[in-house]
Amino acid sequence: MKFTEDHEWLSADGDIITVGITPHASEQLGDVVFVELPELETQVAKGDEIVVIESVKAASDITAPLDGEIVEVNDALVDNPALVNEDPTGEAWFFKIKVEDPSALDEFMTEDEYKDHIGE
Amino acid sequence: MDALDAQETLPLAALHAELGAKFVPFAGWSMPVQYGLGVMGEHKWTREHAGLFDVSHMGQVLLPKDADAALETLVPVDVIDLPEGRQRYGLFTNDTGGVLDDLMIARWPDALFLVVNAACRDADIAHLRAHVEGVEEVSGRALLALQGPEAEAALAPLVPAVTEMRFMDSQHHDWNGQTLWISRSGYTGEDGFEISLPESVAEDFARALLSDDRVQPIGLGARDSLRMEAGLPLYGQEMSETISPVEAGQAWAIGKVRRTGGDRAGGFPGADVILDQLANGAPRRRAGLLPEGRAPMRTGVDLYTSEDVDTPIGQITSGGFGPTLGAPVALGLIDASVPKDAPLYGELRGKRLPLTQTTLPFTPNGYKRSTK
Repeated sequence: MKFTEDHEWLSADGDIITVGITPHASEQLGDVVFVELPELETQVAKGDEIVVIESVKAASDITAPLDGEIVEVNDALVDNPALVNEDPTGEAWFFKIKVEDPSALDEFMTEDEYKDHIGE
Repeated sequence: MDALDAQETLPLAALHAELGAKFVPFAGWSMPVQYGLGVMGEHKWTREHAGLFDVSHMGQVLLPKDADAALETLVPVDVIDLPEGRQRYGLFTNDTGGVLDDLMIARWPDALFLVVNAACRDADIAHLRAHVEGVEEVSGRALLALQGPEAEAALAPLVPAVTEMRFMDSQHHDWNGQTLWISRSGYTGEDGFEISLPESVAEDFARALLSDDRVQPIGLGARDSLRMEAGLPLYGQEMSETISPVEAGQAWAIGKVRRTGGDRAGGFPGADVILDQLANGAPRRRAGLLPEGRAPMRTGVDLYTSEDVDTPIGQITSGGFGPTLGAPVALGLIDASVPKDAPLYGELRGKRLPLTQTTLPFTPNGYKRSTK
């Protein structure tokens, strides 16, 4: 598993990458009450804001970690946004993105590097 | 931590930290925004049990008991007829009919007692001193609020007399040899109490309350969602120097004797504007709004009467998720000409999403208006 500076986790299966947010991010957000997911089969560019997350405290977003196509989204989060707090690294994945070059994942942080990044 | 060093610290800051508080800067103070339950859990706890809030950042002010007539020159409230042991909600108005701050005014046998917002505290005190003799800013006293349907049951073992108080009573009671200034009021829509007490005993008192299983500490996050669901305005959002009390839905706070035809009509800043609005209507009005989808609509979202009209008819002044309602809620300020049943649209991330206008409060209040 790899991690971005925006507190996303990325889990690769071939050229399909599953994206969620870290427990640290979920805790910082507080109780999540709304999730808006990207449309299926959308082409996205790295840095595009493609998910909206609203907690009781504030609105934030998730950006596309790499260029690619959205091939699956987790509709369960729309009906039950609290999953983001309950199981951020499991059931509460947000979307799967098909990338052209999975080796681009190498640029992201390892778990140890991410822990350093958040000061744990 | 430099930013925090520049802020004032609550007298109970160490207790809050021990209780697991996360702190945020607010109105020049470092304030607990939430504890372990989280905003949602704290909100629901307060609606069902009793929540303890530290609101010591608010300003406490004493005036001589004969300052009522002078105070009436600053507020459109009937202060002169306020009975001993009672409290009234008030507003400092400005010359253009806007609001400088909202406040509570209590009459005790020997003094008037005011509680003002933290952000306006210094300006309010300067404003008072310019117009009223003998203004004394209270120092060395904390202010706690205990709110919720079990607040009375949790406070009564410490101060038995509170069971005899009703909504907006303001009384002095002893606890461990110290005088507590207690009012039966709050900012959550629930029954509850606001308690001013010497800082020297505030921690012991707070710990005594928290030792009751019905009491949990509650932060600013839930304070905001609780007051929003209760339809209570926040100064700086629903009220400001450019929003009149009539527009803000606060006309009820303007005493009958201070209105046109009353014995002491007018005589407060902006009276010409405000009394005219009472008689002939104000240009804008407050609206309770329920977004139809799940997306919260927050402060500053523009409101429209259709999906394609160009000009907004108002804005959301406060909005977020209402945990008791289980849905987003919002307060808005809109053109008074918009019918009360007209569907509205809020523009969120480039999309117009529907909202329904509704009556306030969103959740019924639990005020104890009689002791019977």
